[in-house]
Amino acid sequence: MRKSLLLAGAVALAAVYATAASAADPIKIGVIAAYSGQFADTAAQIDNGIKLYMKQHGDTVAGRKIEIIRKDTGGPNPDAAKRLAQELVVRDKVDILAGFTLTPEALGAAGVATEAKKFMVDMNAATSIVTEKSPYIVRVSLTLPQVSSTIGHWAATKGGAKKAYTMVSDYGPGLDGEKWFQKAFKDAGGEIVGSVRMPVANADFSAFVQRAKDLNPEAIFVFVPGGAQPAALGKAFAERGMDAKKIKIFSTGEAVDEAALKAMGDIALGRLSGWHYDYTLKSKTNDAFVKAFNAMFKRNPDFFAVGGYDGMHVIYEALKKTKGKTDGDALVNVAKGMKWESPRGPIMIDPATRDIVQNIYMRKVEKVDGHLVNVVIDTVKDVKDPTHK
Amino acid sequence: MADVPLTPRAYLQAQSRWTPVEIAFWLATLLPFWLLPDYLSLASQVAITALFALSLDILLGYAGVVSLGHAAFFGIGAYTAGLFSKFVWGAPLPGLLVAAIVSAASGFVVSLIVARFRHFTLIMLTLGIGLLMQEIANRAHWLTGGSDGLQGISINKVLGAFNFDLYGYTAYGYSLAVLFILFLCARRIVHSPFGLALRGIRENWTRMPAIGAPSRAHVRMAFTIAAAMAGIAGALLTQTTQSAALESISFGRSADVLVMLVLGGAGRLYGGLIGAAIFMVARDQFSGIAPQYWYFWIGLLLIGVVMFLPNGILGGLSALAARWRKS
Repeated sequence: MRKSLLLAGAVALAAVYATAASAADPIKIGVIAAYSGQFADTAAQIDNGIKLYMKQHGDTVAGRKIEIIRKDTGGPNPDAAKRLAQELVVRDKVDILAGFTLTPEALGAAGVATEAKKFMVDMNAATSIVTEKSPYIVRVSLTLPQVSSTIGHWAATKGGAKKAYTMVSDYGPGLDGEKWFQKAFKDAGGEIVGSVRMPVANADFSAFVQRAKDLNPEAIFVFVPGGAQPAALGKAFAERGMDAKKIKIFSTGEAVDEAALKAMGDIALGRLSGWHYDYTLKSKTNDAFVKAFNAMFKRNPDFFAVGGYDGMHVIYEALKKTKGKTDGDALVNVAKGMKWESPRGPIMIDPATRDIVQNIYMRKVEKVDGHLVNVVIDTVKDVKDPTHK
Repeated sequence: MADVPLTPRAYLQAQSRWTPVEIAFWLATLLPFWLLPDYLSLASQVAITALFALSLDILLGYAGVVSLGHAAFFGIGAYTAGLFSKFVWGAPLPGLLVAAIVSAASGFVVSLIVARFRHFTLIMLTLGIGLLMQEIANRAHWLTGGSDGLQGISINKVLGAFNFDLYGYTAYGYSLAVLFILFLCARRIVHSPFGLALRGIRENWTRMPAIGAPSRAHVRMAFTIAAAMAGIAGALLTQTTQSAALESISFGRSADVLVMLVLGGAGRLYGGLIGAAIFMVARDQFSGIAPQYWYFWIGLLLIGVVMFLPNGILGGLSALAARWRKS
């Protein structure tokens, strides 16, 4: 009854009501992610990152309590993400939007962030255009072009390969990877001798691997979605006698993550990759982070978890600077140019594009104390996304 | 009532008379505007999903054609509306019309194959068509944007006056109006001789041609109508959320709508509407409590309904009403 009287009047009334919250009110953060379905583990790790940060840094910032409201999109659903963002803003009166497992979710919510002038933190979605869709978005994860172009350039220069072949899954991220690896490789003087796009839900790579083998390239760049595919592809390479120690097989980090290495075993030795985070990275910050993460969740953190952790860092630090003011413009302004030491190394929010600037580590799979790990062999410093103008 | 012999015309008229419950139902759909203004964007997606379920009801509930790929037409409508707004014109109503035409045409083409088969073959066939459509949309990323979703959708104000606002007043009003108009059409269709013929097909496919009603032609017609309505539902979703993605064609969406229809009760027009409302609201509430495990509760609900109310919630309610009237 009271509600109907209150809101029958105007939309504006509620908007005023939302922004005029007193200092004692909690700051609400709406986290939109794919908590259920195929990407549930990604969302769970992002959430773990959020939880760990809040445990370490307390749940009060600038005198106001932080409250997290979680919403499930079930997968790459822009319509669900948009509706949830709307509901979080009008019903739950959140001050900040965060999360975003997948690009379509972030794109769906971007319009709401603009319209409602809410600060929005992209903790994972990795397509370049995300930050261009609203002036209130900052990204703390990565972009695929940022990583693949770095790998392409490195492969042609320090990697010493002149002829490369690319194998990618035929969907958005795969095509991005292909495009930016090829461009950077060619710009650095290399030659692309061939490329293939494989069906996304592919189980058998032997024909594709054979085709690559016939062309006898010096390097191969692969991109397949995480899950069972990286290991299947690794096994196909081994079966066709393509030894990663002789031919340089490059990929992004997902293809050689902890689970993929376990599934592949020794055939993964020598695999090269470029990525922005690994739990084995050697630094004080990361050691402490991994230790705390293991103690709390009994598993190792991955780049999803770091995205959630650093996302909370941006939110906390921005709120400290605005003294608890949650106005979207104020928050995004103080977030621009923010620099800090993350478990992944020194990172920064680019003041011009609001995108992440970070080190890309070139790694090689080696055996250390009987375990397969990605050992850093080179660090490319302060890499920006190459697509933003 | 059934004891009194009726002329066919009088029978159809008696069937299509508006009952007070129906009128109350539609009046109740207006309540969210005043009682739950915070839930309007959810309400608009309930209305859209209800329209989608209604389209499947014509096919499954009346003609007895089981489809596991009905989202294909939802997706065709969604992408058509998105592309139309991007390249031609952002006005919502012409967008709906174009989406309806394109999805009806695709529905007709598909029905040429589908109407030849029954039972398991049909299920596999519709499933295959659904997966095929999704893969086509994925491969045609130059047009559809692939897995990132379609970019550049811009929708004008409805009738040049109502902007799609953050609260969802326009979205709900617009979706509800379209749902109501198409519901009237569906109601007219199922209470026509054609609608009766569909029910005949559901009960006995081979006998209908013997009394002069061509089963295949009728199934083709029903399939085309259902595809057009599903396409309009997809177009509504695109227009109200200004987004279209592969998820709109996914198997998950086809399966969910089937679940909703079974939940509400197939073959009763309102079954899809009630089922969609319960499914969506339950999902919203359960996932608010535990975002990871809401499917568990939906599953429990579904098991409960099929065990105790084999004809869905509406079937159970009408059985209850009949018993109450008797005593």
